[in-house]
Amino acid sequence: MQYETVIGLEVHTELSTKSKIFCACATRFGAAPNTQVCPVCSGMPGALPVLNQNVVEYAVRTGLATNCAITRGTKFDRKNYFYPDLPKAYQISQLHQPICTEGWVEIPNAENRTKRIRIREIHMEEDAGKLLHDPWEDASLADYNRCGVPLLEIVSQPDLRSAEEAVAYVEKLKAILEYIGVSDCKMQEGSLRADVNVSVRPCGAGEYGTRTEMKNLNSLRAIARAIASEAARQIGLLEEGGRVVQETRRWDDDRGESSPMRSKEDAQDYKYFPEPDLPPIEISEAQVEAARQALPELPETKKRRYITELGLPEYDTGIITGSIHLVRLFERASDQCGNPKEAANWIMGEVLGQLKATQTLPEDMSFDPDSLGRLIALVQSNTINRGTAKKVFAEVFSKNVDPEAYVQEHGLALITDRGAIVQALRQMLAANEKSVAQYKGGKAQALQYLIGQGMRALKGQAPAQEVRQLLEELLE
Amino acid sequence: MTIDRNLVLYLEKLGRIRLTEEERAACETELQSIIGYFDQLNSLDTCGVEPLSHSFPVANVMREDCTAPSMEPALLLSNAPQKKDNCFLVYRTVE
Repeated sequence: MQYETVIGLEVHTELSTKSKIFCACATRFGAAPNTQVCPVCSGMPGALPVLNQNVVEYAVRTGLATNCAITRGTKFDRKNYFYPDLPKAYQISQLHQPICTEGWVEIPNAENRTKRIRIREIHMEEDAGKLLHDPWEDASLADYNRCGVPLLEIVSQPDLRSAEEAVAYVEKLKAILEYIGVSDCKMQEGSLRADVNVSVRPCGAGEYGTRTEMKNLNSLRAIARAIASEAARQIGLLEEGGRVVQETRRWDDDRGESSPMRSKEDAQDYKYFPEPDLPPIEISEAQVEAARQALPELPETKKRRYITELGLPEYDTGIITGSIHLVRLFERASDQCGNPKEAANWIMGEVLGQLKATQTLPEDMSFDPDSLGRLIALVQSNTINRGTAKKVFAEVFSKNVDPEAYVQEHGLALITDRGAIVQALRQMLAANEKSVAQYKGGKAQALQYLIGQGMRALKGQAPAQEVRQLLEELLE
Repeated sequence: MTIDRNLVLYLEKLGRIRLTEEERAACETELQSIIGYFDQLNSLDTCGVEPLSHSFPVANVMREDCTAPSMEPALLLSNAPQKKDNCFLVYRTVE
């Protein structure tokens, strides 16, 4: 039997506010354990939360960028659970009136058309602390720095049908969140992570199968692998006449398999109630309109503009607009060299090449973004040739060297003194009498050989076009 | 709503506490009377009444996104029954 996989994602993104959602502790990643904790976020009795206004602003911005309706009267709810990652014994979240509802984003699907993935809701909540296992004590160590870091949970409808679509959806959300500046989306630091709901059903069936959930997947690769593995497991069960049990499973990315999470079995009764410590939030029409006006150009619009206005190939624009960091580099470089196509070629060739070779993410590029445009300008002004420029770019990328200074220091500039080129070519011709004779005897290929020899004599530092022209003149 | 022994056992589990048999019996009676008291509300017709989550007409109490110093870790951990490496040491929960 043929089966169809049905996937829904809950994407959690940490907002890049300076302070936490309900207190003034810093949100900086990587601080020493329990150094960004106060009475509010550690749940000390009597401490009261006060909402960070930027969290609301970022949530509205995210809702608008994903075509959601903004809830004018929104509030928080208390989700009760006992687990040491949350010392208050409850998480302040939103259940009944989430700040954004009913949106969508578009992803490219297999036929290279776009598919619309519906977003059910986006809600604001606080992140929990981090638990580390201590093998010596056989106990857990609780670090509450992350407790109270603002999160948006973006809940999709079960509109995704393959691991590839799920990855494309997360990539699209990530691009949008980066564009609108609400999150750094660093998956390796947990700023963006996903809970994945998977079910399978026979193709053509109307009803959904029983779903399982895998929590906290923090890489695109893990999301793709977890979905593929879980779908295969469920299909295997059904084929053997078994049935899928609704449960939370833990994905082990190292072993490439999932297992049921015992601890979550009967913890689903959260006894939600309206959060009494936080008054409701009213969002005005003017506030929504101002946020809408302030939205930057989003990935899809930018992509279309690059294609129609700049004449860039569709594939290239898809790659470049997929990351705000590549967009920034591209736009800066094309402004500087005045040639968007050339800038795009450099991004697609050398920049992506270096990123891949060094396994670097676009957000971790550390060279001066002006350097790429300046380097391209050096090629355009015939100061260096393309081959040299590529070598210089490798130095820019890895050591952030200044392109002009590097070219000068290493004597890489093209020889512009016509006399010097002619002299070098004369010497070369004198040493290659045989080829000269062949050329004069009508063997056209001999010219190519001589050009090669000429470039070699000039150490590749003369404009190839000029070398060819001068050689032809000298051979006349 | 009826509070029976099974519900008390379930609440114990949810609340991560363990009661003695006497406490369970007391809990059953007391919770029953509390819930029974609130059950009176069910006799009211609330059709068309919007659920109320806050009784004061106050909204939009927010702060600017500014940081302030956090607690000293030593002070934060001073009440912890067990600690290690500036962390709270808790029962094993990592699976």
